[in-house]
Amino acid sequence: MSGGFVSRGFGGKRRAPDDLRDRLPPGQYLEGGFPVLTAGPTPTVETADWSFRIDGMVANPTEWNWQQFNALPAEEIPCDIHCVTKWSKLDTSFRGVSLDTLLEAVEPLDAFAMAHSYGGYTTNHSLEDLSDGRAWIVTEHEGEPLPREHGGPARLLVPHLYFWKSAKWIAGLRVSDHDEPGFWEANGYHRRGDPWQEQRYWTD
Amino acid sequence: MSALTAVEQRAPGGWQIATVEAIRVETPRVKSYRLRPPLWMPHLPGQHYEVRLTAPDGYTAQRSYSVASSPLEEGVVELTVDRLDDGEVSTYFHDVLVEGDQVEVRGPFASYFVWRGESPTLLVGGGSGVVPLMSMLRHRRLTALELPMRLLYSARSAEDVIYADELGADAVVTLTRSAPPDWNGPTGRIDAELVARVAYDSGPAFVCGTDPFVEAATALLLAAGYSPERVRTERFGPTG
Repeated sequence: MSGGFVSRGFGGKRRAPDDLRDRLPPGQYLEGGFPVLTAGPTPTVETADWSFRIDGMVANPTEWNWQQFNALPAEEIPCDIHCVTKWSKLDTSFRGVSLDTLLEAVEPLDAFAMAHSYGGYTTNHSLEDLSDGRAWIVTEHEGEPLPREHGGPARLLVPHLYFWKSAKWIAGLRVSDHDEPGFWEANGYHRRGDPWQEQRYWTD
Repeated sequence: MSALTAVEQRAPGGWQIATVEAIRVETPRVKSYRLRPPLWMPHLPGQHYEVRLTAPDGYTAQRSYSVASSPLEEGVVELTVDRLDDGEVSTYFHDVLVEGDQVEVRGPFASYFVWRGESPTLLVGGGSGVVPLMSMLRHRRLTALELPMRLLYSARSAEDVIYADELGADAVVTLTRSAPPDWNGPTGRIDAELVARVAYDSGPAFVCGTDPFVEAATALLLAAGYSPERVRTERFGPTG
């Protein structure tokens, strides 16, 4: 709410249907498509060159190549996604490996992780946000291989946070004892980015 | 990543009620709005503001708009808005808002797609993607005209060119759909030849437009010798 201010003559013509309204975080609107937002050129990563690595403060630093990664137990992840630029996409789905599985293999010794990507993108997370069935490394979107513009061959998926937290072209996680800002977090966006608390920018 | 300046660290967080001081028609579907917020702070060229509309029953709609003005225009934030037929914020701006009205805004936000005086700087815009680039161009004209900066701007037709009367020797405009008989500039989509005409051997390129436009333009820049680190992009999603 906005302290009583009303925009003269504004009715609102893109309201979500009643049955979906509870699924839209504050300030978001429904989007049918899957818009692309990237800070630079789209990287090309061949699966032959791809690997995913978890290192830093862990007991067993581990790296999976594409073949090893695809041998891990994968699951279908139905979810809603929310972009900080205001669009939300409901009832979409991805397929991938739970980070619980991956973190179990490396045994983290600390509570934070920096996700880093091919192309240089980074975003910070607490391991709490990456655990308990709330985060995945995904390689498929709605039954198809994840398209390059959406982070293929593999991206991080953390659907309970704004979508910039779901790093595209994921290369690894570096576990650490402190929370450092990643790329957008150093450029004015919120450290955590919970859409239900509308944590868009630093001051939110 | 650059360190943050004192200005950026000042909290731009709060919503405020700005007054619409002037509205200028740029093209048949684009208008610029000069807003005066009570707590103005200087922005970096390329930053954006949030706009929030509230209906009498409490329903709200929010969108982001790039600032078009230079931060040297003290007290004023100029937002340029492209009218999207199925949008609810851009249509409100175009069809309802008049001078003297009030509109809720907060900003300025984000410090990545911003010009901090690097040179030489190449700006590549498609359609209303020219808006944040215009802030950079205007600011450079007001502060450091000697810094090399060029704009390559793709518009559909002559009547769709935003800021037409401000584009001079530092801008190359190409018309992609139709050109008037007396048009002596380039036509067609941005291609390798046009990029070669404007590219610099060093310095950043700022590319803004729809996702297909940004993909095509960045591919051409990379082919022309720009490294990925030199190319900053801002892609317009389907908002409105």
